[in-house]
Amino acid sequence: MSVADFAFYAFALTTLVGGLFTVVSRNPVHSVLWLITAFIGATGLFVLLGAEFVAMLLMIVYVGAVAVLFLFVVMMLDVDFAELKAGMAKYMPLALLIGVILLMQLGMVFGTWQFSDGAEAARAAITPDMAEVENTAALGQLIYDDYILLFQLAGLILLVAMIGAITLTLRHRKDIKRQNVIAQMHRDPAKALEMRDVKPGQGL
Amino acid sequence: MYEFFTQTNLGIALTLVGQVLLVVVPLLVALAFLLYFDRKVWAAVQLRKGPNVVGAFGLLQSFADFLKYVVKEIVVPAGADKFVFFLAPMLSLVLAMVAWAVIPFGDGLVLADINVAVLFVFAVSSLEVYGVIMGGWASNSKYPFLGSLRSAAQMISYEVSIGLIIIGVIISTGSMNFGNIVNAQDGMGIFSWYWIPHFPMVFLFLISAMAETNRPPFDLPEAESELVAGYMVEYSSTPFLLFQIGEYVAIVLMCALVSLLFFGGWLSPIEALPDGMIWFFIKIVFFFFIFAMVKAITPRYRYDQLMRIGWKVFLPVSLAWVVLVAFFAQYGAFWGTYARWTVGG
Repeated sequence: MSVADFAFYAFALTTLVGGLFTVVSRNPVHSVLWLITAFIGATGLFVLLGAEFVAMLLMIVYVGAVAVLFLFVVMMLDVDFAELKAGMAKYMPLALLIGVILLMQLGMVFGTWQFSDGAEAARAAITPDMAEVENTAALGQLIYDDYILLFQLAGLILLVAMIGAITLTLRHRKDIKRQNVIAQMHRDPAKALEMRDVKPGQGL
Repeated sequence: MYEFFTQTNLGIALTLVGQVLLVVVPLLVALAFLLYFDRKVWAAVQLRKGPNVVGAFGLLQSFADFLKYVVKEIVVPAGADKFVFFLAPMLSLVLAMVAWAVIPFGDGLVLADINVAVLFVFAVSSLEVYGVIMGGWASNSKYPFLGSLRSAAQMISYEVSIGLIIIGVIISTGSMNFGNIVNAQDGMGIFSWYWIPHFPMVFLFLISAMAETNRPPFDLPEAESELVAGYMVEYSSTPFLLFQIGEYVAIVLMCALVSLLFFGGWLSPIEALPDGMIWFFIKIVFFFFIFAMVKAITPRYRYDQLMRIGWKVFLPVSLAWVVLVAFFAQYGAFWGTYARWTVGG
């Protein structure tokens, strides 16, 4: 067994065990921690595949940002999971129905999926030669040169989603005092302070 | 003998362990003296003597502290999540150490010479927040929990601007390998380092690094006047020591990053002198001195001011700087100082 094989089995085992315990754990915070373990295992697998850039992105975006958000939500919301589980039996038939319908729709879509002859060639950009250019540069070339329109459209959709989320949660409260930082920084000490010569034993 | 260490599995494993020890052990020993240095600087600013009893000039103070921490009793709070409680300090130390794997100490002197080294450091430092959150949550106590929430929000906020600042340097070099970034700064000694073309970002990076590592004036998680000691309140003995060491390793890592990204790593400041590891260490100690001085002379920020400066000042400025650098690099402005792709990448 070479070092790469050993690393593969170690990471694969980490991912599987992490995934399993995410589902099995009773404590939701432990679930999130196991999920992070699974993410890290997946990162290792990406590195072994030679997709180092994707691996690092997975680590930064999922482990460093998304999972922190999960952890926050789980820690802050005091969710009673026993109560949730009790309600599960009641909604199970409805959930199953929705699941079956979605599955059928997916089956219908993929069953009748057709390609035109030239579609494959039209979609595929020329992949840079991996021997000559490194991983990150190759991805950059594909995303910023060949698929620039799709990239920009994806960015636009994200922007719209972000603005939507902000508008949904934004509210101006009139009844609280706000800080005006610029005004605070430009206050004149001469107007705010007054020097008095206090005589002993008399006060002001 | 050479074949044994480069061909067989056991030999390769032994070589790896040896290399890792070669980085970790000197780092920890150096850290003991850096801690001493930190306290001495702090004491000098406050006109005190600082540690001066253990060893000559108190040089062995850190080792005495180490012994003191280790032999103390470990207290686990009632209702604490024991596993996570002990995992948190270990995690914060290990993660702070892991990032050193990609830091080059000289030309080619690096444990793992990977192409995405900058991203790796960034990824690992984004994981460091877990040690804090887990420690705060597992303590099952209010002050640690509040401290860890603050710290997490702070670290995430400043990571964004650190990432954008680093992107400027990456654009200039055309590579994410630290070796390439340093080699791109070679040329006219101190004048060809990135601190001149990326001048304003040096300050932004230093300040963000202080916030990222919870260093004063941004040590809100440990604001003792409000939160006792933040997420470390319930920790004692060795776990507390692990948190402390992890924090200081992260600080030294940030000093190393500043000197690699903006101050030419192992390159000598004067063209006539030879390059070497010693310059890198001198630069790290210099920036550590700056960190210590800032700790000694600045008052603590208020929490809302900290968040405001992160999101409303640093983020827009560093974002604008990325656009500006991309523009300069593309059109070869300033005699090509912003685009050194032929040298580095």
